[in-house]
Amino acid sequence: MRHYSAFAVAREALRYHTGWERAWRSPEPKKRYDVIIVGAGGHGLATAYYLGKNYGIQNVAVIEKGWLGGGNTGRNTTIIRSNYLQDPSAAIYEKARDLYENLSQELNYNVMFSPRGVMMLAQTQHEIRGYQRTAHANALQGVKTEWITPERVKKLVPIINIDGPRYPVLGALWQERGGTARHDAVAWGYARACSAMGMDIIQQCEVTGVRSENGRVVGVDTTKGAIDCDKLGIIVAGHSGQLAQMAGFRLPLEAIALQALVSEPIKPCMDVVVMANTVHGYMSQSDKGEMVIGGGTDGFNNYTQRGSFHHIEETVRALVETFPMISRLKMLRQWGGIVDMTGDRSPILSKTPLQGCFINGGWGTGGFKAIPGSGWGMAQLMATGHSSLTEAFTLDRFKEGRFIDESVAAGVAH
Amino acid sequence: MLILNCPYCGVDAEETELAAGGEAHLKRFGPGSSDDEFHDYLFMRENPKGVHFERWRHANGCGKWFHAARCTQTLEVFGTYSAQTSEPPQAIKDAISARRPGWTWRDLS
Repeated sequence: MRHYSAFAVAREALRYHTGWERAWRSPEPKKRYDVIIVGAGGHGLATAYYLGKNYGIQNVAVIEKGWLGGGNTGRNTTIIRSNYLQDPSAAIYEKARDLYENLSQELNYNVMFSPRGVMMLAQTQHEIRGYQRTAHANALQGVKTEWITPERVKKLVPIINIDGPRYPVLGALWQERGGTARHDAVAWGYARACSAMGMDIIQQCEVTGVRSENGRVVGVDTTKGAIDCDKLGIIVAGHSGQLAQMAGFRLPLEAIALQALVSEPIKPCMDVVVMANTVHGYMSQSDKGEMVIGGGTDGFNNYTQRGSFHHIEETVRALVETFPMISRLKMLRQWGGIVDMTGDRSPILSKTPLQGCFINGGWGTGGFKAIPGSGWGMAQLMATGHSSLTEAFTLDRFKEGRFIDESVAAGVAH
Repeated sequence: MLILNCPYCGVDAEETELAAGGEAHLKRFGPGSSDDEFHDYLFMRENPKGVHFERWRHANGCGKWFHAARCTQTLEVFGTYSAQTSEPPQAIKDAISARRPGWTWRDLS
């Protein structure tokens, strides 16, 4: 792997950019790997990366049905924050946010992490109490957030209307070191680093079955033939249920479409991320100038990667009320992703009934921000059998009643 | 946009008129059941990529609950039927078989 640097750019400029290499290899699968990860999204690639970097396990394959980072990693609104209420959530999301800070340097790949600040507006008395409670919880958890006044909100976001007729802004929960990152680059950066360690990233290869002997996983069947492995990680978001079925167990998940949209590009007008959860809309401005807008989930199971149209109307209506100046904006494009929702709206990072098989899924509507922390914890779990980051997120928590209830604190109404 | 025919008032209702009610034909487990049964009843939902049976309510219409058979992959609707039943009528199952030969859902097929 050639190092990216200002010097490399200068060198290539002098020779007509003929010296750039492919960022990662596309090899044919070997017969056997120590670890197979199914799903080359952010979480899968990050898991592979930390398996190699932290535990020296480099005989790893990452298998992907489509193309790398083409699922929810390339479909989210790129927001990074860790202002969660419950301790296990705050721990894993803050680990992720912390790793994002130096990820570009670590991967030698510019993921464009921009800690521009994330603001969650309080627009009802109930939200004021909720966010003040979260701010206090965050103080105990060592996550830096604060409660700010409407005047400070207006100062940080001049385009906002804090005196809206229906839902005036009453304050906000502010995380200064939250922000955004280039979502594709996160997947690409991890993929490049994994490939450099000798790991095989096998795209356009669908897993069609999970093979096991005596209750232990021994490999997978794929469209490119059977591949053996000692350990298997299922990290496929919306399709977790299908993979679990192949592996012979069920998951407490339901797949639902979540959608997002972007406007035409405009001049810089808002340099923080604003989430308005009562009216259900969140918005940030990309480096290209597009307003990136997150919509709502559909109310019913589906795998269509589209989303229902009326959610766009509801989201845009809410945002026009909060940001009157965007009322003349045209929307450029809209898309959907399939999110896997658990009963308590927290993820599952766990061993499974099949020995040697691990699951990382159920991130629902908030997976992108967790990628480095999720990969870090999942790698520890797969390599050593235990991780303090993931121990609360086990599959059996539903049976034991140890829920990590973030359905209120996670921000938007799911 | 999803359009379901309400079997009670006969209206072709579009999504904003309806409220989704989740998986159909749940068997309820309460006091006296085992931990596993209670766990499955509360959290283990069918999550098929394909044929699915659901409860819906014609919320902004006649207000009645009903059932729908639907494909989660294509949003194709196979039919709607009364809420007063513990499994889909044969006509619905035939309609699904015509479109998705070999379909299964729980122990139905």
